[in-house]
Amino acid sequence: MSKILTRLSLTLGPVLFNWPTDRWVDFYARIADEAPVDHVCIGEVVCSKRQPFRDNVTLDTVERLERGGKEVVHATLALPTTAREVRAINEVIEAGYLIEANDITTVQLLDGRPHIIGPFLNIYNEATLAKHVALGASRICLPAELPLESIRLIAAGTNVAEVFAFGRAPLALSARCYHARANGLPKDACQFVCERDADGMDVHTIDGRPFLAVNGVQTLGYVVTAATRQIADLREIGVVSLRLSPQSCDMVRVITIFRDFADGHTTQEEAAEALSALTLPGPLSDGYLRALPGAHLVDEVD
Amino acid sequence: MTASPSLHAPELVCPAGTPTGLRTAVDAGAQAIYCGFRDETNARNFPGLNFDRAEMRDGIAYAHDHGAKVLIALNTFMRAGSIDLWKRGVDNAVEAGADALILADVALVSYARKAHPDQRLHLSVQAAAATPEAIAFYRDKFGIARVVLPRVLTLEEIARLTAAAAPCETEVFVFGGLCVMAEGRCSLSSYATGKSPNMTGVCSPPSHVQYREDKDTLVASVGGFTVERFARGEPAGYPTLCKGRFQANDADIHLFEDPVSLNAVELLPRLAEIGVSAFKIEGRQRGRAYVATVVRAFRRAVDSIATGGEVDVGELRALAEGQHDTTGAYKKAWR
Amino acid sequence: MSGRLPSVLTNAARALPLFPLELAVRRLFANVMEARPSIVGRLGEHGGCRFAVDPLDCPFAFVITPRDEHSPIRVVRDHSTAACDARIAAPLLMLLGMLDGTYDGDALFFSRDLVIDGDTGAVLALRNAIENAELDPSTVLGMPKPLRDPFNRAIELLLDRLRRTLDAPKPSGLGSKAYLT
Repeated sequence: MSKILTRLSLTLGPVLFNWPTDRWVDFYARIADEAPVDHVCIGEVVCSKRQPFRDNVTLDTVERLERGGKEVVHATLALPTTAREVRAINEVIEAGYLIEANDITTVQLLDGRPHIIGPFLNIYNEATLAKHVALGASRICLPAELPLESIRLIAAGTNVAEVFAFGRAPLALSARCYHARANGLPKDACQFVCERDADGMDVHTIDGRPFLAVNGVQTLGYVVTAATRQIADLREIGVVSLRLSPQSCDMVRVITIFRDFADGHTTQEEAAEALSALTLPGPLSDGYLRALPGAHLVDEVD
Repeated sequence: MTASPSLHAPELVCPAGTPTGLRTAVDAGAQAIYCGFRDETNARNFPGLNFDRAEMRDGIAYAHDHGAKVLIALNTFMRAGSIDLWKRGVDNAVEAGADALILADVALVSYARKAHPDQRLHLSVQAAAATPEAIAFYRDKFGIARVVLPRVLTLEEIARLTAAAAPCETEVFVFGGLCVMAEGRCSLSSYATGKSPNMTGVCSPPSHVQYREDKDTLVASVGGFTVERFARGEPAGYPTLCKGRFQANDADIHLFEDPVSLNAVELLPRLAEIGVSAFKIEGRQRGRAYVATVVRAFRRAVDSIATGGEVDVGELRALAEGQHDTTGAYKKAWR
Repeated sequence: MSGRLPSVLTNAARALPLFPLELAVRRLFANVMEARPSIVGRLGEHGGCRFAVDPLDCPFAFVITPRDEHSPIRVVRDHSTAACDARIAAPLLMLLGMLDGTYDGDALFFSRDLVIDGDTGAVLALRNAIENAELDPSTVLGMPKPLRDPFNRAIELLLDRLRRTLDAPKPSGLGSKAYLT
């Protein structure tokens, strides 16, 4: 490659799962001290009931991440519905933090202030991306289901596009809590059963084939997205950042693998092999980027 | 159930998958019809369904002659590099004389507003505007006149949103398929098949549905993933991914939703009181026999509300697919 | 036995030669295609599909590729011997009832009276095209206009009688109240 390309930045997405507070604090402490990551999103995206547990530890975590040279982004709820949830989003905005909007509600509250957009907004084409840029978005993680060909058309010349490159891809949100439902509990008395599954609760078909994962009101893929085969293409078509979504595996290692590969220190094969060596909740997939079903595996015959 | 007298009766918005379906719904008492062009611009892009340009013009003429409105849905998200297809759809819908366009993509809403300043625009449920702020975004920036509310809201939330949305109207689903996921934000279909509501306008696409006889059971799958097994004689349903049976927590359960459909008939008077402007019936993919029956029954219910009479709940109970229905998220216990 | 023709009749039908039947069905199909050219347009990419229409209570099945008035149609003794892309199977009365809207395809499918195999997309396209076509007996038989209404009424009465006699499911179609009972 003779063309000089800009350095791909790495974004650590918000922890989507309900990790116990201690684990959450330790996770970000290690990220702050050891991970070669540029942007770190913190904040509850899936269920507002989980947020209070982290209220007392958030400030320290932010400080530590900033000391570690990371840009901290406050990710906000993907499906706010109650007045209380909207107020909470507004408070974070008013506090002056850099915000990741995951619902149009937040875009409206931001009222043109500079912000980041997570993979939960419907940005499927160049015109809609341009609209959001005009509204103040400076980095936009595109929906996980978009194929490389579409990303190429959307990202070209924009300098804002981020792509979901690692982790279980978010697929859907609901008002209903499936974790509670699977455990025979009402949502209002859920006993926080989602805390048991650090990578989400695995869902199989009735004939035993792994299929999805459930995380409270959120549904994700069973497979783990890994965009290693596409990184060179992504950079070439103008993508500026890769989003790595936290799973229970060694995320410092994941970040390092992507950093080394993006910088040309390792080959694609080495990166893929290093990822496979980790303890992952499911097999690696890049189906979405290849315009195949999102469940299609990296090593599956097409 | 008695409604308080002289309530303003909401408009009954009914589906039409074909020109014949449109005439059937109008004849059965629909006050507005929603339908779409035969391409990926609308979220019911099923084989054999929808309208070409000439059929749309004729359909609108028929509806208008009978005092009904036609709302044209262009409610998918524009595909990168092909946005002209959607813009042309908007232009064609305006030329055809649509009473309103139902849109979801921010950039398409923006285009429609600029290119056709006087055209009435509705926000599709696919845009999933579920807060006063989200509605304000579309109302204040683009002059959206009505928002179709997600099916994941409770009655209390609908009341709050309807009050906050004014002068923008609200429309709610009262009958038919029930999306358990926030609409317009679900990729289960593309995960299993590569095609999705947002990208191709199809949910659990028929092209990827397989029925297979396995001894005495009928096995239904989507994209190769088994979604349901029906014993012989057991009523079968369309294998929608979110209504399937899955293994979770060591049990085979309908994890997301039972195979039920929405029937909010008992809530109609309350929804009218709240100030909801329109009741929407789902089912552009359903046959005209079904549409005729449902529309007639709901028209009677809406007329009862207008005159303060009784709404016959029992009559509409039996209408749901597989005889099982639910008021869905409208009642909070559903969650 | 829920809507099936009595076996006396179907056994007798086994003796019928297929060729005259094939000619007759071709004539009927040509009538439909001539009266409702929209069917082909509505089928779109599925227009070239071979559909096996299989009346479960008859000793034969039809393999149809709906293209135009000259669409190829074959009558076969056993559907499994004919290559096809999709198969639609139900007792004859119900197949006829879906043509004229007496029965709703969804309802028959949900109740398992209707069985489909193969390309589900093609079956759905055909069903939607037929739904839109508003067929009636006189159109299928190519009757001249003045005779249509009385003829349709007579045939409907006859079919209704037959449905009652054979204990077929209640009509779900237009004008019926089947959904409400």
